[in-house]
Amino acid sequence: MELEPVIGLEIHAQLLTKSKIFCGCSTAFGASPNTHTCPICVAMPGVLPVLNREVVEFAMKMGLATHCTIAPSSQFARKNYFYPDLPKGYQISQYELPLAVNGWVDIETEKGPKRIRIHRIHMEEDAGKLVHDEFQPMSYVDYNRTGVPLIEIVSEPDMGTSEEAAAYLRTLREILRYLEICDGNMEEGSFRCDANISLRPVGTEALGVKTELKNMNSFRNVQRALDFEIRRQRALIERNEPVVQETRLWDVARNVTISMRGKEEAHDYRYFPDPDLVPVVVSDSWVASVRETLPELPEAKRERFMAQYNLPLYDAQVLTSSKALAVYFETATAEFPQPKTVSNWIMSELMKQLKRDEREIEDCPVPPENLAELLSLMDTGVISGKIAKTVFDDMYTTGRKAKAIVEEKGLTQVKDEGAIEAIINEILRENPTEVELYRGGKEKLFSFFVGQAMRKTKGKANPQLVNEILRSKLANEER
Amino acid sequence: MKEKITRQEVRHVAQLARLELSEEEEKQMTAKMNQVLTYMEKLNSLDTSRVPHMTHAIQLQNVFRPDEVLPSMDREQILANAPECDGVSFLVPKVI
Amino acid sequence: MDLHSLTIHELHDHLLRKEASATETVTAYLQRIERIDPLLNSFVTLMGQEALREAQLYDNGRKDLEASPLAGVPLGIKDVICTKGFRTTCASRILENFVPPYDATVTERLHKAGAILLGKTNMDEFAMGSSSENSAFFPTRNPWDTERVPGGSSGGSAAAVAADLCAGSLGSDTGGSIRQPASFCGVIGLKPTYGRVSRFGLVAFASSLDQIGPFAKDVEDAAILLQAIAGHDQRDSTSVDQPVPDYRLAMKRSIKGLRLGIPREYFIDGIEPDVAAAVQQAMTTLKELGAEMVEISLPHTEYGVAAYYIIAPAEASSNLARFDGVKYGLRAPDSKDLMTMYCQTRSRGFGMEVKRRIMLGTYVLSAGYYDAYYRKASQVRTLIRQDFLQAFEQCDAIVTPVTPIPPFKIGEKTDDPLQMYLSDVFTLPASLAGIPGISIPCGFSAGNLPVGLQVLGPHFREDLILQIAYQFEQATPHHKARPQMDSHG
Repeated sequence: MELEPVIGLEIHAQLLTKSKIFCGCSTAFGASPNTHTCPICVAMPGVLPVLNREVVEFAMKMGLATHCTIAPSSQFARKNYFYPDLPKGYQISQYELPLAVNGWVDIETEKGPKRIRIHRIHMEEDAGKLVHDEFQPMSYVDYNRTGVPLIEIVSEPDMGTSEEAAAYLRTLREILRYLEICDGNMEEGSFRCDANISLRPVGTEALGVKTELKNMNSFRNVQRALDFEIRRQRALIERNEPVVQETRLWDVARNVTISMRGKEEAHDYRYFPDPDLVPVVVSDSWVASVRETLPELPEAKRERFMAQYNLPLYDAQVLTSSKALAVYFETATAEFPQPKTVSNWIMSELMKQLKRDEREIEDCPVPPENLAELLSLMDTGVISGKIAKTVFDDMYTTGRKAKAIVEEKGLTQVKDEGAIEAIINEILRENPTEVELYRGGKEKLFSFFVGQAMRKTKGKANPQLVNEILRSKLANEER
Repeated sequence: MKEKITRQEVRHVAQLARLELSEEEEKQMTAKMNQVLTYMEKLNSLDTSRVPHMTHAIQLQNVFRPDEVLPSMDREQILANAPECDGVSFLVPKVI
Repeated sequence: MDLHSLTIHELHDHLLRKEASATETVTAYLQRIERIDPLLNSFVTLMGQEALREAQLYDNGRKDLEASPLAGVPLGIKDVICTKGFRTTCASRILENFVPPYDATVTERLHKAGAILLGKTNMDEFAMGSSSENSAFFPTRNPWDTERVPGGSSGGSAAAVAADLCAGSLGSDTGGSIRQPASFCGVIGLKPTYGRVSRFGLVAFASSLDQIGPFAKDVEDAAILLQAIAGHDQRDSTSVDQPVPDYRLAMKRSIKGLRLGIPREYFIDGIEPDVAAAVQQAMTTLKELGAEMVEISLPHTEYGVAAYYIIAPAEASSNLARFDGVKYGLRAPDSKDLMTMYCQTRSRGFGMEVKRRIMLGTYVLSAGYYDAYYRKASQVRTLIRQDFLQAFEQCDAIVTPVTPIPPFKIGEKTDDPLQMYLSDVFTLPASLAGIPGISIPCGFSAGNLPVGLQVLGPHFREDLILQIAYQFEQATPHHKARPQMDSHG
């Protein structure tokens, strides 16, 4: 029996609002414990939540960007459970009436594009943080993160491989970052993913028993955990043992998923509409005004890059993988209108350096205008391609402009025919044996002479002139 | 009279609500809850299949605050009522 | 004339005319509390020093008595309303030592109006009860008969006003917790429209029902207090942004020609004859004042108790989840693990009635029961609201008894929660519908126990019910009657 995995993802994305979802405390990451809190954050008796309007707008943006229907009326609900990081004893979330439903995104797979449906997107509040003491039976509670706004994006079980799951995750993260509503940082927890996974015989419709995977804090871990779980469930089914519906944690150190059974009681969240918060009613005109603020999204941008700049798919994909990178490309191309050259330089020289330094394009020391200037110098023959690369390294290190570096270091290409001819005469004089061999038919030696010419000019000689003059000199004497 | 809620269910609900009931309390609770829940059966005589439900006494919508950061409270004040704290964090028995 | 027997408006006139200083007034009240309150136990916490400090600000001219009709007036406030720097216990062990670092919006507004808070009044724990016997500290007694309950849950606020221990007070009403104790203690009690008064800083019992309102010695005082606390608050999403009328002006209008509805479902078999008689007499008086009495029907009245005792406990079970021993309040000592800490803290911290309601609320929301109980009740709530909306097409306001029975003896009903719940039958429907209601003294039953008349109005028509109450009060002597406390000591 051939089995196929069925995977659905639940993604939590922290929204980049300035203040929390229900109070005015800052959402900034990394403050000293409990300094970004107020009576609302710590659920003191009698305090009440008031909804941050920006949270609704951000959530709507994501809904629209993923082709969801925005609910004309949605409502907050309380999800009741006890845990020390949950100060009210309930989480304010949305249940029966989420803000956005029935959307989709297209992902790239080996077999071409695939559509993944989105079940719902809803707004909710984040919980606080617990730190466990290593030596005492104590945990420390920090409520700074309590009330940081989240959206939960729930997919349909439309993914069939861990690669597809990873591609879906990447696609959603790209969109969130394009919208500038989430920084998408999995390690810091501003972008989190839980997975539901089951197996079923190929060709059947009914879903098998699923497990829920948690604690995967990188793309790689998501993929590994899913792959492990696929192997584990397949082995169980092949041995005719039941798959137990349960939550399993990814153990990074051991590369396995482990059961939470026994450590987690059966949940009964007792959802009910939150009487402290009133319905969010979204008019068509509100939806339209939010839609107008949507930037060009990765998919559309990719297609435009291919059409407008005549770039291959691969280039378009790389350049649109972040909004900042796309802007970089377009700014440079505006100044130096040879898109493929700009693309090549960004994808090779620039990204190599950034990757080495673990820098984001936003922190690139070479502004796009400077790259364009460098490429112009190369294009007009002021410097050679080889020199351009060393100039670029210099620009990256010092932040200076190409012209200044070229001028200061005297890297301008030698295009004076007389000068080049003199140098070549000198080379021919110094290497009579090689000249003889060349003329005797060993034409491979041509590059030896070019190399000599470049060395003598420190690479600044115009290669075309060198070629031309060399050829004629070597031929001339033959006659 | 058929029991609406059993001792065992009462124990489960108490667990959900994080309440610890003694044997005697549990017995009492079961009896009183049964009495009240039986009275609630009254509602079943009403056909509400087409009645919308009502969460709020007053129909309001779209109450928002702007996305503005307001000063947080001094941590000292936030922690002042804590049963146990170290001046920085609230302390709880270790979460297993 | 004793200072403590004055109404708010009389006292304020006294203060303005310098017939008494603010300090003298506060001192008189504090002395009376010291003398009388041991018999009643209406206060949980006194704020005497702070009150005297405030009074001095008026006497040395730092604060202006002209600023508002409440300037310099000593008040009580129910211990479910947060007072910055003063413990707010909700009459519960679990909050016995909780000192909020913030004021409730109403507390802030009373301060702004210049009122002087004398102390926090006793109540049923977390406002759950109809007798004030569910206080974790002590039951409050009825000033008219100290063997009897003052009603609840705002029993302390009602008893304190009735016994002249403060000039007026604030309580909270979720299913009748202002109107019923007002009736039992022979004072005015007003539950505003849901959303009229901010709930910020009111420790939540049932968030979709809770409203703060005043207790007063006469209708004018009730109008003055409501005026001070009503109005929109950005910190409460359910607070309504509607203009607040001038209640003192509005109440003086004649009620001639007003149509007053008498719901036939409110005159049932279980009603005590003395109560029925007093209410009947009140209707005669209203007719004499020119009102037209019309019989109306509120057909879903009998479902009110069942719907309320599903919705309110459901919300309460969630609202009270925050009392977990982590951030404030009681924590059971030496708990070896988290689960034990939670369970022991909550079991020791909450009284039996609170536990019962948490259990009931948890159950009706739990998997498999939500639709049968919570959803059903919230649909019935719609029907009850519709009853009122339809009734208000036939009449301007509705008059009913507040409660079917006069004040009962302490301990009489504690063993039978359902009987206790059923006594809320006349106050619950208005709470479920969110409409305003006022309780006004309308006579006495055997044993000289006060009986109250309830006037219900459409949403945001506090002006109208105050008007009816005021005109009734002007025509009757009942509100002037005071319990004989001094003979006790």
